[in-house]
Order: sequence, then structure tokens, then C-alpha cells
Amino acid sequence: MYKDSDQVLDAVISSPANTGEEVPSSSILEMRGISKQFPGVLALDNVDFDLRRGEVHILFGENGAGKSTLINVIAGTFPPDKGTFRYDGKDISHLTPHRARVMGISPVFQEFSLIPNLTVEENLFLGRETSTTGFLRKKAMSARAAKVIEMLGFDLDPKKRVSSLSRAHQQMVEIAKALLADVRLLILDEPTASLTENETYKLFELIGRLKADGVGIIYVSHRMREIKEIGDRITVLRDGLKIETCNAADVGENELVELMTGRKIDVLFPKIDHKPAEKLLEINNLTLANHVVENVSIYARAGEITGIAGLVGCGKSELVRAVFGLEALEEGEIIVKGEQISHPRPDISLSKGVCYFPSDRVAEGLALERPIRENASMAALNLTDFSWMRVLKKLNERKLIQGIVDRLKLRPPNIERAVGNLSGGNRQKVMLARGLTRETDIFLFDEPTVGIDVGAKVEVYDLMKELVDNGAAIILVSSELPEVLNLSNRLYVMHRAKLVAELTGDDMTEQAVLSCFFQDEEANSKAGA
Amino acid sequence: MSNNIASGHLPQKEVNHLVRVISTMGLLPILLVIIVAALSIFEPRFLGIFNILNVLRETSFLAILAAGQMLVLIVGGFDLSVGAVVALSSTVMATVMANMLGIMPDDVGLVIFIGVAAGIGCGVVVGLVNGLCVAYLRVSPFMVTLGTLSIASGVALLLTNGIPVYGMPKVFVNGFGRALWLGLPTTVYVALTLVIIVWIIQRFTVLGRYIYAIGGNLQASQVSGVSTKRYLITAYTMCGALAAITGVLLTARVGSGQATLGGDIMMLQSIAAAVIAGVSLRGGIGRVELVTLGALFLSIVTNSMNLVRIDSKIQTIVLGVIVIFAVALEEYGNRRKIRE
Repeated sequence: MYKDSDQVLDAVISSPANTGEEVPSSSILEMRGISKQFPGVLALDNVDFDLRRGEVHILFGENGAGKSTLINVIAGTFPPDKGTFRYDGKDISHLTPHRARVMGISPVFQEFSLIPNLTVEENLFLGRETSTTGFLRKKAMSARAAKVIEMLGFDLDPKKRVSSLSRAHQQMVEIAKALLADVRLLILDEPTASLTENETYKLFELIGRLKADGVGIIYVSHRMREIKEIGDRITVLRDGLKIETCNAADVGENELVELMTGRKIDVLFPKIDHKPAEKLLEINNLTLANHVVENVSIYARAGEITGIAGLVGCGKSELVRAVFGLEALEEGEIIVKGEQISHPRPDISLSKGVCYFPSDRVAEGLALERPIRENASMAALNLTDFSWMRVLKKLNERKLIQGIVDRLKLRPPNIERAVGNLSGGNRQKVMLARGLTRETDIFLFDEPTVGIDVGAKVEVYDLMKELVDNGAAIILVSSELPEVLNLSNRLYVMHRAKLVAELTGDDMTEQAVLSCFFQDEEANSKAGA
Repeated sequence: MSNNIASGHLPQKEVNHLVRVISTMGLLPILLVIIVAALSIFEPRFLGIFNILNVLRETSFLAILAAGQMLVLIVGGFDLSVGAVVALSSTVMATVMANMLGIMPDDVGLVIFIGVAAGIGCGVVVGLVNGLCVAYLRVSPFMVTLGTLSIASGVALLLTNGIPVYGMPKVFVNGFGRALWLGLPTTVYVALTLVIIVWIIQRFTVLGRYIYAIGGNLQASQVSGVSTKRYLITAYTMCGALAAITGVLLTARVGSGQATLGGDIMMLQSIAAAVIAGVSLRGGIGRVELVTLGALFLSIVTNSMNLVRIDSKIQTIVLGVIVIFAVALEEYGNRRKIRE
């Protein structure tokens, strides 16, 4: 199906730090010197990676370390700028998603490649329908789909529309889709993020069977337990660089975290002196209209960071979004500084001193074509500092924004640059600058360090410390466990739309949080405290 | 419907159920029944045989055009050029036929064949250009088709200087365009055949599946190995071809090639018919059988306005209101769905 195109220059062949016991042909995939540049970020910098048949190779690293770029290169979503790509002993270039699939590379991404308006079985066969002269053979496909779903042991109705399925079920469809074809290299990107323990167990069983069949598996995960349970080798990435590849059995947890962050964990996180004072924000029995959050009660106090941990899609982001007025409520109350807000709206929230920093800074935060100054002042233009009788006070604006930008150590500190030219870390600083343009004492951080480098992370953390020291209340929502564990004074854990635990002091451990995800005890919610 | 509301407050659950049925089926069948019933009672001329044939003929033209528009809407675009393609194919076909007939007056069959082929060919070319620009140059469908609209109507005017082109074979006009077969206008059969073909494509073929998939989620389709560019181009080309066929049929009916056939009104009508029938402007959703009902509905509305002698300028206002209302209703339905 594919032809080998002209040999790519084998310029950079660095010797891999392997154990070196196997002959090259046992590798199904060998990548050397892979680099990929995105506007503002070098996502992959001269990375070597190889995958053997019948092994589970874990990709480990923080958000933005380059894991997803690497698996996208392997899946053919976009080509690398540099480097060689050998698959099954042949040099491959000009890989497309279609060719990758034909060659047996099946990716399961976190953003699902499903068509919402089609049914489960229609989605399973998308791109490789069984047909005779252009006509679909629906019966044959139905039968095959039913068989695959049964083999996987998933609880899925093949006739249902994907748009009506929960995230967990969509994840199952995605996995089933990847396994429908003849798979030789399977990519799983945090596949268990929305599965229950039982479903996870079935998935691991399946992975065992695939390994026995000689399928190579690239597995992206943050969870130590999974890494220990199924991983054969681990490759650690950080800031686009390959840090190390090692056998899973040879490294300990702490070692891995150190490799991942590049520093001792206690250096990364500032020492925050929490001095909890009065409750600034209270949420009582909150349920959202779309039931992504059900009956959640939490509070945040001045002078402390309140963390919310949970898996992707558990409703933790939606909870703070609802407080700010971005989600439709069904019932429950939101009390800001003693005053009940029945219909939160972003403009009301801002005027009450509540500020939300979205996780998706491009979609919800920034106007990329506009300069830093305009982006930073956007939420404060109605204040007398920035305008008088609806006429902008540009001089004042420039002065105030420059001051804030300098305080945030944005580099270069030129506030007339378009935000689109900035790196992830600097973009986040522009968002933070926007929050600092107003009198604000309740800060809602939604995944504040997604996609930004370690240096910028430290600066974000330092800013949080500064805010808390000055008596602000911070709610920190994060999927990065080390982050919430180290920064929070109190930690709430959410799972499947519900609050399952509130942890404080010595109870705040990775084990305690993970066990909340895994035991599906929805009824007896509150532990700890 | 008014009975239901008058008979008391519906429980929220039933209202939701009603909304859901309406958002899947569309309001169309209900509206059609209401309007036909009302017209039968208040306007006896509506049920006259001549009027019914007239409505069916108008429906046929619009149904073909709207079926093409629907395909493009499903892949997540839209085609403003369809009205101009109608004009272009009309003038090109008439010009070709008139000239050919001068050269080979005895070979009427060949003249008709070449003329029709030229007319449809125009639509294919315009559709192809639309598709290529959208797929490869990634220009927004709005700008591309606005451009080809301007080009196609310009060429049509240039070709004819705005004067109708006569001289098509008599058989083509009297024996086909204006003829009745088994009591029905010939266009009805053509439209029915085309609608059935599109229906088969949508339900039973890989092409149809991909058209839905691309509109449902372009990136996911790409990642799944669908050659999205090819199918985008196919959808636009089919739309152009169907618009050209509408032009051919209209020309055969009118008896001359005219640069004023089609135009903005038919373009707007084709989008209206599709949207009324529940075709999503976000792509991924739409069924040709419902679009045909949409065309029928619009034709009846226009016809009834003609019967009661409403000024044609006011008719275009009504059409605009219907389009906005239909789109607003679709958006409303979408919001209900997400909340569930």
C-alpha cells in the first residue's frame, strides 16, 4: 500500500541508552533525532524513541513535555521537521493518518476522533467501510462490530449515536475503533482517564493479549500504579527533550517524578504559608443543568489555596466555571462574600472580585491577533482607571498594564506585541495580568500550568503564593496531582460529577487521591476532613 | 397544535418530548398539513388541477436545487452560487442548441444531447472550482461561492447581453419541458429520480457516509483515514451539477435561455428549503426526503401568496423571515439537546 520514498538523511544517529540485548529487528518502530517546531515552541528537540514488538512502552512527562506531539508524529497527524522514522525495518516519510492506519498504527487519542451524529458501529468502521462497488454492506459491518465489542467486554450498544454516550463510553468506542483493524502498533493516550476500575481491568487484560500477539503499545499515563502494573519500559520527556529511557522495574516513583520535573519536587513548589481566614466563597449543593456537577458543596477561605483534584471530565473545571457564570445551573447556591448570587454572570463576578483563568487560553482567553496591552485590559475597561464616559484612557492603560506585566516578569516586556507570538508561559502571564487589573480577591485557576514550561510554572506558583500572602482566596483546579498536592492547604477530590473527598494536612497524599478515583464509592462521599 | 396549547398547560416533560420530536422530524410535516388544510378551506383555487400541477412543477425545480445545497450544507459549507449556475447553464445550453441547430438541423437528438451536456457541464465546472477552492485553498465557502456566483452570472449576462436566447429544438421545449407524462409534468419524474438517487447515496453508499462524517467532524474523519478533500470536492461538484440540471429543466419549460433564471431568490430558497427540513448549518445532519418536503412547503407558501395576489416584493420579505425563523429554531433545538 505504501512506497518507501527517498531515504531521509541518517545524519543524527545517537546511540540509544538501551539495555542493548536485542537485535534491531525486534523493534517495530525506531525514531532518531525527531524535532518538531511549533510557532513559539520547540515541541520536540532531537528525540530518539523506539518500540519493540510485544512491549508496553510508557511515555511519561508533564503536560507540554512533548508526549502528544510525539504520538501525533507517530500517527501521521503531522510530519516531524527533522529526524528518521523507521517502521518495521523500512524508512518512512510523508506519513499520513491514512497510511499510518494501513500500516497497522492505531492511535487512541484523548480528543476523540468520533463523529457525534453517527452511530457507534458507523464510527467503528469510519474510513474502512466494508462495501461492494460503493454500496455499504451494513449487515456484515453490524455483525463484525458486535463481535469486536463483545470480545472487548465493553458495555456498548452499537446502534446508539455517539453524541448520546458518556465520555467513558466514547472512550470505549475509540478503543474499539483502534482495535477493529489489524493492529501492530497501538497508541493509548491516557486511556483510563474516564474508565472505572472494572473497565480499566478489562483494558489491561486486553493489553496483555495484544502483547502476546506481538503488538507494540505506546502508553501515555501519569498514574504510577498503571505504569508499574503494565509498563515494560519508560521514556521520560521534559520540555521537548528525551530525558531518559529505562526499564520500568528499575526506577522508583520518586526517581520518575524527579526525572519528569527536572528538579526535586520541593524546589519546584514554593513554600506557602496558608493563613485561612473568613470564607470568601461558598458553594452549597450545586448541580449543573447538564449534570456534569452533581450536588457539590465546597468553600474557599481568604489566605489559603483550596485545591480540586480529579480526572479529566470529572466536572472540576465546570464547577469553577459555574461559579464565574459560564455554565447553566440547575440548583444549589453560590455565596460570594456573604452575598448569594442566584444567576452568576462573568461581568457580575468580576465586579464582585471573582476572577477565572480558563484552561484553554486560546479558545477562551486570548485574542491572538491583538497586543498584550489590549488583552490584559479587556476585563477592566469599564473601570475609571481605564475609561471615562466610554472613552479609553490609553495613556493610563499603557502605564497600568506595563506595571503589571513588569511585576509578572513577562519577557520581553513589550506590551504592544501580539499575543499570538508568545509562548505558552507568557500567554498565561497575559491572562494573569488581566486578573490583576481589577480589585480581585477570589481567584479561580483552571489548569493554570497546562502547556507551559517549568520556568514559567514556578513563576505562576510564586504569583499564587504572593496572592495568598496578600489575603486572596485561590481555588486551584488541576489534573496534575503533584501541583494540587503541594500547593493546596485543603484538597477536594471530585469523581464522576460528585465530590468524593476533602483531604487536609497529612492525608493529602497521591495514594489517598488515587484511591478516591478507583473506589467507586459515590454514596459515602466525604472522607478525611 | 393550537388546540393542545388551549386545552391547558402541558407538563414540562411533554413539552420536552414535543420539542425533541420536532427537532428530529422538523416542524415540517405539521406545518404542511396545516397549510394545505387552511388553503383547501379558504382558497378553492388551490385545489384546482392546473394549480396543483403548477405547485408540483415548482417543487421539482426547487427540490433538485435544494438536494444539492443540502449535500454542501452537510459537509459543513454552503453554496451561494447555485442560482447563478441555473442562469449560466440556461444560457449556455440555449446558445449551444441554437447554434448547433443551425449547423445540423436534421440531427435534433444530437443537438439536444450536446446542449444538455454543455449546460450540465457548466454546473460541474463551477462546482468543481468551488470544491477545489474550499478543499485546497481553504478559502471559506462563503467567499468562494460568492466569487463564483459573481463570475457565473457575469458570464451568463455576457453571453446573452441580457436578451433571452431562442432557437432551441421544438421537441425539447414542447415534447419535454412543457409536456405531461401520465398527467404529470416531466420535471416531476426527473426530480423524483434525482431525489431517489441522492437518497440511495445518503443511506447506502460509502460516499454518503463520508459526506456525513466530514460534516460531523472534519478532523476526526481525516484521522480516520477519509480522504476529506476528495469528498468535499465531490459534494460541491454534485451540488453544481444538480443546480445545472435545474437550469436545464427551467429553460426547457420557459422555452428560452435567460440570464435572469434562478438568481438570488432561488439560491435563498434552496438554503431555506434545506434548513426548514432540519439540515444543520453546522454540518453532519440532513436527509434528502425531508428537504423535498421543505421544497414542497416553500412552493406551497409561494403559490398561496400568488393566489391571494401578494406583491412579489413582499414575498421575498416573507422568504427572508422564514429563513431566519428556521435557523433560529435549529439553534434552539441544538441548545435543548446539549442540556439533556
